[in-house]
Amino acid sequence: MKQSGRILLSGNEAIALAARAAGVALGAGYPGTPSTEILEHFSRLGGKAQWSPNEKVALEVGLGVGMGGAAALVTMKHVGLNVAADPLFTAAYTGTSGPVVVVSADDPGMASSQNEQDNRRYAVAAGVPMLEPADSQEAYQYTLAAIEISRRWQIPVLLRLTTRVCHSKSVVQPEPPAEPPRGKGDSPHLPERPEGCFAQMGTVPFSTPGFVRDIPGRVMIPAYARPAHRRLRKKLDEIAQWNETSPLNQVLPGAEKGTVPICRNGPEGASHKWGLSPFPHRRQGIVTSGVAYMHAREAAPDAAILKLGMTYPLPLEKVRQFAASVESCQVIEEGDPYLVEQLRSAGIAVEGKPPMYRFGELNVARVRRILAGDASPEPDPPRGKPPALCPSCPHRPVFSVLHKLDCIVAGDIGCYSLGVLPPFEAMDSLVCMGAGVTMGLGLRHVLPDEQARRVVSVIGDSTFMHSGITGLVEMVYNPPPSGHVVIILDNSTTAMTGLQEHPGTGRTLDHRPTGQIVVEDLVRALGIRNVHVLDPTTESERLEELIRASRAANELTVLITRRTCLLAAGRIRQYDSQNEERA
Amino acid sequence: MTTNQRGKGDSPHLCEAPSGPFRQMGTVPFSTLNVIIAGLGGQGVLTASDILAEAAFESGLDVKKADVHGMSQRGGSVASDVRFGPQVLSPMVPPGEADFLVVLAEDQVAIHQSALRPGGVLISPEMIDAQRLPNRRSVNVALLGKLSRHLKIEPGAWLEAIRRNLKPALHEDNLRAFEIGRAPCEEQ
Repeated sequence: MKQSGRILLSGNEAIALAARAAGVALGAGYPGTPSTEILEHFSRLGGKAQWSPNEKVALEVGLGVGMGGAAALVTMKHVGLNVAADPLFTAAYTGTSGPVVVVSADDPGMASSQNEQDNRRYAVAAGVPMLEPADSQEAYQYTLAAIEISRRWQIPVLLRLTTRVCHSKSVVQPEPPAEPPRGKGDSPHLPERPEGCFAQMGTVPFSTPGFVRDIPGRVMIPAYARPAHRRLRKKLDEIAQWNETSPLNQVLPGAEKGTVPICRNGPEGASHKWGLSPFPHRRQGIVTSGVAYMHAREAAPDAAILKLGMTYPLPLEKVRQFAASVESCQVIEEGDPYLVEQLRSAGIAVEGKPPMYRFGELNVARVRRILAGDASPEPDPPRGKPPALCPSCPHRPVFSVLHKLDCIVAGDIGCYSLGVLPPFEAMDSLVCMGAGVTMGLGLRHVLPDEQARRVVSVIGDSTFMHSGITGLVEMVYNPPPSGHVVIILDNSTTAMTGLQEHPGTGRTLDHRPTGQIVVEDLVRALGIRNVHVLDPTTESERLEELIRASRAANELTVLITRRTCLLAAGRIRQYDSQNEERA
Repeated sequence: MTTNQRGKGDSPHLCEAPSGPFRQMGTVPFSTLNVIIAGLGGQGVLTASDILAEAAFESGLDVKKADVHGMSQRGGSVASDVRFGPQVLSPMVPPGEADFLVVLAEDQVAIHQSALRPGGVLISPEMIDAQRLPNRRSVNVALLGKLSRHLKIEPGAWLEAIRRNLKPALHEDNLRAFEIGRAPCEEQ
């Protein structure tokens, strides 16, 4: 929604808006909470956006876009970057002709993920610059900045987000204004909007895409990769130098003494004490980045804060000067002690947080505790009602059968992960996309025969497209002695992330008709003979018979349980009728 | 403003004239008003928080709204934080600092009660006679009507926000639900 130049947007929407303004030619990604809405919104704004089968493919497509001289936006959740890590590391060597921005949406606290890995480590490991916005306004500005940095140094840039930046809505003023916005410039609480090298973004068109041959620069045989690695380190040195004075990092002095009360409360529930800072001249200093800045500013209104926008390569001299100017220097960061380790290894004396705050999200209360050095046990957060499979979900009868037959179930990632909860409790492993198929094979190889025959792999249709196909190739190539059974739970959508399309639905990201991968045809083409397609809701007895029969046979079996997700069915009918009208 | 006890939804003190949004807060230094809307997946928690955030935005205030998507779509507990004022920092309401707690499902009240600050106001579904609503699914918007009595947000901003966040076919029922919620208690 818009009001005199202000818009209320989620961080994801703000990124899409900036990408559109900057002329991004293609957005590619795989759905994953909390990143999914970026490409959906980019598409709604008229941008060309597509779901790839997985994040590795998406990044590689994006690298091709960059190689062709155009701008690419590649989006994924944190664990998606594990899948896309292979191209990322070498793309740092090759660099990119057109800008390539890789969005990693991390999920501290695991609102909807299997781990809370901190992808800031990837920027260091791969050697790519990293920006961390704190709210939607910065999500907009930093997207422009990432594109500009990528263009200027011809290097992929990591835009690292967290759940609260992606999904929180806040006010965005999209156009870079000629003058600082009124009321903000003199505020001690919010940083000035960055300006400088990327202020003109959106007005400078990229060069027309076209192929320019550069074999030593792009073909990473060892002879060409060795100098490429040296070029990468030189670029990173230059970027680090630029970052020392970059507008992305800001020292924010905080409120004047005596004008704003300082909250020095102990554990939650204790009475709040208010008072003035004991350090009249030298203040408490805080180094922070991302949404942690917002919590820190609120928790410590009078502290001097160095807010880092670009957290790799770090502006170490700027931090060193800041640390020397304050009484004590506390790092406030969510997740891993990334900044603490980097700054300490550079010889800068900073305080970290007690280990207990590595787990879960930060919030204002937790930051107050960190600043107070309080490592006492925290009160348990309210425990709400857990999610569950929908009442008539087609996955339900499948997990009822698996439970009844006491199967050993190698599970996978999706709505059907909820099959682990009562009343089914029919899942014995969940690690990553595609591991259901392959971990099931490993179990079959080593378990005693009676147990091995109980092993069943389950995987959803979108997850199968993402990472299940190579698992079936493995199954055909290295079949366990007792054979194996894979159940592909085909509900014709990517349900868990909000009903996105995938290559098996035959519709593009914006729901238009396109080529369709037919699961049973693909499976049969791999040489698997026992392939059955059945409706789990009306044929659960047949499903049970087929699983029982496969236990006795030493054969490879794929069962495709196909019934459209109840939440998706209405929408899919609508897409199909719209597409028929268009045709 | 006094704490509203569960089970006293129609107690007379809620019928007092709506109080202003920028009272001096004991624990929030920036005059930020904190609202938490909670319920179960499918009840319209996120729609309600979108409407509130946009109504505050329409009033020219700084606004932040935080919620978590994903697993919440599968019928589990959902909560959304909306903060507004001259300048909002963290998007999340600190524990125990909510000025208002709007709960859409009675069985979710106890879970979220601790989010309220001392003296904070609970707005719960029993305050609305669902029989009077043209559409029972509009409880979320009716409770926003109740909330609106406490906030200095112009009715026009509310109505505009409701229209923006709902399909046209639902406008009439929800505008009516908002009016029913907003009406003084004796008119219900």
